[in-house]
Amino acid sequence: MAKSKLKKTFLEPLGKNNPVFVQILGICSTLAVTNKVQNTVVMTLGVTFTTALSSWTISLLRNHIPSRIRMMVETMIIAVFVIIVDIFLKAYYPEMWKQLGPYVGLIITNCIIMGRVEAFALQNKPLPSLVDGFSSGLGYTYVLLAIAVIRELLGSGSIWGIQILGSWWTNWAIMIMPPGGFFVLAIVIWFIRETIMKEASNG
Amino acid sequence: MANFMLPFSIFFASIFTSNILLTNYLGMCSFLSVSKELKTSLGLGAAVVFVMATTTPLNWAVYQWLLIPFGLEYLRFIVFIIVIAAFVQLTEMALERYSEGLYQSLGIFLPLITVNCAILGASLFMVIREYSLITSFFFGFGSGLGWMLAIVAMAGIRTKLKTAKVPPGLEGPGITLVIAGFMAMAFMGFSGMIAVS
Repeated sequence: MAKSKLKKTFLEPLGKNNPVFVQILGICSTLAVTNKVQNTVVMTLGVTFTTALSSWTISLLRNHIPSRIRMMVETMIIAVFVIIVDIFLKAYYPEMWKQLGPYVGLIITNCIIMGRVEAFALQNKPLPSLVDGFSSGLGYTYVLLAIAVIRELLGSGSIWGIQILGSWWTNWAIMIMPPGGFFVLAIVIWFIRETIMKEASNG
Repeated sequence: MANFMLPFSIFFASIFTSNILLTNYLGMCSFLSVSKELKTSLGLGAAVVFVMATTTPLNWAVYQWLLIPFGLEYLRFIVFIIVIAAFVQLTEMALERYSEGLYQSLGIFLPLITVNCAILGASLFMVIREYSLITSFFFGFGSGLGWMLAIVAMAGIRTKLKTAKVPPGLEGPGITLVIAGFMAMAFMGFSGMIAVS
């Protein structure tokens, strides 16, 4: 019983309850780095780590946080994990850290994290909260990765910095520029809403 | 001379060529959800301009005069967000106490602002690009104005869109993103005007 419930908690944010399509949450901080697959992977790993562990921590403390100042407490806890990510990147991957610039810090204001904490972690036990946070992060990751693959492939003819398309390919410069991000996200959301979401609402 | 002009060129660059919403995707959440009506977007936009123009120099002062002397730069995320949250709270209380009219039109948007990524983003950009105090004021002010311009224009377009036929899967956020993409392209047209910082 408990196991099937955990499984449900894990699967829901991956499919019909995906934070990006259903609520269009949290694209602010990461959409800007989706012009390269490599940067996107690092950023979404950071988001998943922060979502999972802050959900878990806040769920542990949920009976001790006064509800009036809970937003403040939640923000502090999230910020601690983001600082850990920032320091880790700075120490081990300084090049990557430089490229990502301010966007690592902006994970704090990523609405997904706050959203999962408010909607799930405050009412649930630590383990389900950890699972929920983790799978919300994963659901977020695969959407942004899809966007990044499309943008980098069409925009620079490469994936993960490795040239895939030959010299016959003319790069679509618009894809690696800001408007490309908006268009690709719109198309991905459209596609998903017409396919996965429709099945979910029918079945 | 160049030094004297720098804040102004950054001011204009942050409104048009490097608009914080359309080139850095910051503040998307409220942009997508609040841009349905012209009046509310004006209110939120004004609140963003005010908070950004004040918190960016405020955070500059905290960073330069408190965090750097004590070697606590790594705490900047926490400190910046506390400064922003505290400032927003104070403004809300002051408005509620002294100006009923302004509170009704602006105050209700203030709580939304603490979680707006654009505000924190402006402060973080200010640190990375090593702006001076005056420059960071103009940068914050300009970024706020640019954000307001984008959300008000979007609200205007979305009111017209109510009568248009949109494919069901694209309704709501989808079509808004497409329009935002076109707006970003239009804003890119300004890039010949000012060199981006």
